[in-house]
Amino acid sequence: MTARFRDLLAAEWIKLWSLRSTYGSMALIAVSAVLFSVRAALADHHNWPGYSAERRAAFDPIHDAFPEEGWLFVMLAAGTVGALMIAGEYASGQIRTTLVAVPDRRAVAAAKVVVLAAVMLVVGAVAAVASFGVSQAILADRGAGASIGDPDALRAVVASALLLPMCALIGFGVGALVRHTAPAIVVTTTLLLLAPLAFDITNKWTASVHNALPVPAWERLVGNPYVLPNLHVATVPGSWAVFVVWPVVAALLAAVVVHRREP
Amino acid sequence: MIELRDLTKRYGGVTAVDRLTLTVRPGHVTGFLGPNGAGKSTTLRLVLGLHRPTAGTALVDGQPFAGRRRGLRYAGALLDAGDVHGGRSARAHLAALARSNGIPRARVGEVLDQVGLADVARCRIGGFSLGMRQRLGIAAALLGDPPVLLFDEPFNGLDPHGVRWVRGLFRRLAAEGRTVLVSSHLMSEMEQTADHLVVIGRGELLVDESLAAFTARGRDNGATSLEEAFMDLTADRVDYPTGGRS
Repeated sequence: MTARFRDLLAAEWIKLWSLRSTYGSMALIAVSAVLFSVRAALADHHNWPGYSAERRAAFDPIHDAFPEEGWLFVMLAAGTVGALMIAGEYASGQIRTTLVAVPDRRAVAAAKVVVLAAVMLVVGAVAAVASFGVSQAILADRGAGASIGDPDALRAVVASALLLPMCALIGFGVGALVRHTAPAIVVTTTLLLLAPLAFDITNKWTASVHNALPVPAWERLVGNPYVLPNLHVATVPGSWAVFVVWPVVAALLAAVVVHRREP
Repeated sequence: MIELRDLTKRYGGVTAVDRLTLTVRPGHVTGFLGPNGAGKSTTLRLVLGLHRPTAGTALVDGQPFAGRRRGLRYAGALLDAGDVHGGRSARAHLAALARSNGIPRARVGEVLDQVGLADVARCRIGGFSLGMRQRLGIAAALLGDPPVLLFDEPFNGLDPHGVRWVRGLFRRLAAEGRTVLVSSHLMSEMEQTADHLVVIGRGELLVDESLAAFTARGRDNGATSLEEAFMDLTADRVDYPTGGRS
């Protein structure tokens, strides 16, 4: 990495952390990730004495670490940070000031992508590890907690950590295409949270489209029991591929449109 | 120095800039004038590589500006005071710009002092008046101590003290040997600021001469002021004429 590119990374770092919306989104991520997993774990902890032997045998403690109702907020916040990072520049006109300072547009886009992905990966790792650790500590009191060495536990933690940079980069790609803040957030939210509902998972073909969407891939990798009734369940390698293809395509798309379109 | 050669920009069927050939020299304040919609802002955006020309070239000190990897040391610009993210403080805005070009952090404080925004450096730009935003835009243009400076309508929103200060600043920058191009639709303002005039109308070059020569020519044609000379010159090239003469 050249010293000059490091300067661009530092500039994007300053820009990211000088906006209130970034702190709001980070707070939303921290609160929703940890509180919802604590709530899920406490509920099972409370109800545990009443569970039958079969129910205890089938109990999936990892699901309490990553309950979908809480992580939907995490995805929303991560996608929003990504969308705002670029759409906020176009919508305000800041992009013209940025590009007069740095005419190399691909370098501007690349610096934003690197800073966004790195920050979101760190935040995602902290959120995933904290959610897993706290929820399993609560369940351990009933002898029902998983350890990170258990089958699928590490996979769920890693997938959840990577979920944030993936959602953020998808938001970034949408933001670069749409260039207005509110529509960018709406489109990102639709793509991440609503699109999976549009596909019938009992049909082989629509199920395969569903499985190729980012959030269903995450659900598959964390072993969310709600996705198990899916007859056409995705493969684990296929779901990891979704985690690679979506953010890479989104970042490349963003670099192309930032380079080509007039600000 | 800014050199335009047959610079042309069309948007669909509309020609915004039409084969503009022009050299803006260092050491002067060059006033860039024309009615609303004449193509002034488009020309400045073409010079800075924000828009790509349909034909022709624009060079800043011998090179297309878009080919520079970092721009602030080659040209500084205030294109639109609104081209800032209102959520940031003035200091953070300038700090990010400076950092992107490897300009020392101390320079941010210097330009904030210079434009008179030091006391509000930590305030969000969203709360700034237009005049304060103009000053912030000027601060950003000065960050890299560039040899070429472009200002689009810099007097909008400034109070009389601000106008006088900006005028003095432009003259000082030119006296230091820099190229200073200032667009305006206010002839009266240019009269007191520029020593060279470029006038365009509907994207075409109408005038490229010293203020003194333009004034003398206008007087010969019966104009009693520079403003009147400008009105006569551009009368048939106004895109948005208002009803009747005032």
